[in-house]
Amino acid sequence: MQHAERLAVTEPRGGLGVALAATLRRDLMLLMRRRSEVMNPLVFFALVITLFPLGISPDAELLAIVAPGLLWVAALLATLLSLDSLFRADFEDGCLEQMLLAPQPLALMVMAKVAVHWLLTGLPLALMAPLLGITLSLPAGSYGILSLSLALGTASLSLIGAIGAALTVGLARGGVLLSLLVLPLYVPVLIFGTGAVQAALLGDALAAHLAILGALLAGALMLAPWAIAASLRISING
Amino acid sequence: MWAFINKLRSPRWFYAISARLQPYFWVAATALILVGTVWGLAFAPADYQQGNSFRIIYVHVPAAFLAQSIFVSMAVAAVVFMVWKIKIADMAAAVMAPLGAAMTFIALFSGAVWGVPTWGTWWMWDARLTSMLILLFLYFGVIALRGAFASRDSGSRAASVLAMVGVINIPIIKYSVEWWHTLHQPATFTVTGRVAMPLEMWAPLLLMVLGFYSFFIALTLMRTRNEILRRESRKRWVRDLAGGEH
Amino acid sequence: MAFVSLQDFFAMGGHAPYVWSAWAMTALLLLGSVVHARVERRQLIRDLQRRERRERRVGSEPARNLADDT
Repeated sequence: MQHAERLAVTEPRGGLGVALAATLRRDLMLLMRRRSEVMNPLVFFALVITLFPLGISPDAELLAIVAPGLLWVAALLATLLSLDSLFRADFEDGCLEQMLLAPQPLALMVMAKVAVHWLLTGLPLALMAPLLGITLSLPAGSYGILSLSLALGTASLSLIGAIGAALTVGLARGGVLLSLLVLPLYVPVLIFGTGAVQAALLGDALAAHLAILGALLAGALMLAPWAIAASLRISING
Repeated sequence: MWAFINKLRSPRWFYAISARLQPYFWVAATALILVGTVWGLAFAPADYQQGNSFRIIYVHVPAAFLAQSIFVSMAVAAVVFMVWKIKIADMAAAVMAPLGAAMTFIALFSGAVWGVPTWGTWWMWDARLTSMLILLFLYFGVIALRGAFASRDSGSRAASVLAMVGVINIPIIKYSVEWWHTLHQPATFTVTGRVAMPLEMWAPLLLMVLGFYSFFIALTLMRTRNEILRRESRKRWVRDLAGGEH
Repeated sequence: MAFVSLQDFFAMGGHAPYVWSAWAMTALLLLGSVVHARVERRQLIRDLQRRERRERRVGSEPARNLADDT
């Protein structure tokens, strides 16, 4: 009895760190093996940005005005595109069920998955955005902020989007539904993300925008994992 | 207290008690909306700035209030359903969503129509209208998600989670849209400004708001009863009941 | 009374199309949802009665007892 108690007290503590690290490593490795899945959102991002000058006008002055919004919306859509596969493969091969049965709290385990998603989607998008900004003749002086706001913002997008992905993972055609669920929730991040870039262009104070983006991320970090875990339980048991 | 909660769990008890409550709310809704309409349309004085077009306020504001309140009620029902597993709460949440979407649509439609005489255009990216539009999409999401699951129970729980996530986001969306609006269009003329309204103007508005709320309660009671008949159709008491109804 | 004549009332000071269309849409949706709820109720009760009659005709007492347990 005493032995069992000691086990119960000590094991999960060590186990959690190990499990988190293992999930992180596993997901990273899996995604690195399927490189096209990592590349697709980036190619999509570049493609959509290419379409805008064709659709609007190649006029540099006009493009410069709309560039922050275009870059943000395109990055947001690219993140959305990648969400469907966030839990799909693990759902289909039964790994998610194993995660559910594991002694570690599911809410923390999904954080590892979301972190990998951001590392391989949000972060590359943020790093790539300045390159596309050049093609849209985004004025100098806002490139750093563009990357920073996207890096901060896409972390929130990954977290919020993961709720939608978890809710629709059990559905055969969840893709369109996923965008319907997630896009309205993306509005605040989009507003403050583009706001930051525009403030940089106008030479306004930036700190407030970035602080709010950070606050949104902190809120999402606190609340989203529980919602993701609850949603995954529904999708798997349902 | 426990006994009361246990009673609440029972669809049969709810079915009986709602039958008694329902008529009061229907009478209140009809009376309030009729008096409010006649008063607002015919007797309230015209606005000195907007003329008679301001009378749209008597449907726009109640619908907008209700659009937000219904989402909050839906989320509260979702919490009750998820925490205490009270099925009635989920049935109520299920029937609230379409009404909420309808109210959001009324608010959007009347706002757009109001825009023509005041702004000279059908649509403006006004903070209020924009957040209403996003609210409409949130309602669509909840309704679509509930319908997407093959099993009713999964659909109920998924829609509950989404309603809770949505209700946390609504204030954030609202404030961010307001902030965005002040950034892009400083100091435009807002339709429902906080000017002191004379009594003859706001009294009918109050009646309309109360009437709309009564309507919401009455319709929710009525449709929750339908939902009970649908979901509990295998139960003995429902079958006995159907035998008696004509 | 804010209007001098009935015609004046319907004209709404030149804002008639806006005021009346907003009101019409509201009335349509409110009344529509009431009618929908009533039709829904009648249909549900009819379905219940139909099933009851069918099961009585078949006389499947065991099945009914089974259903009661759920």
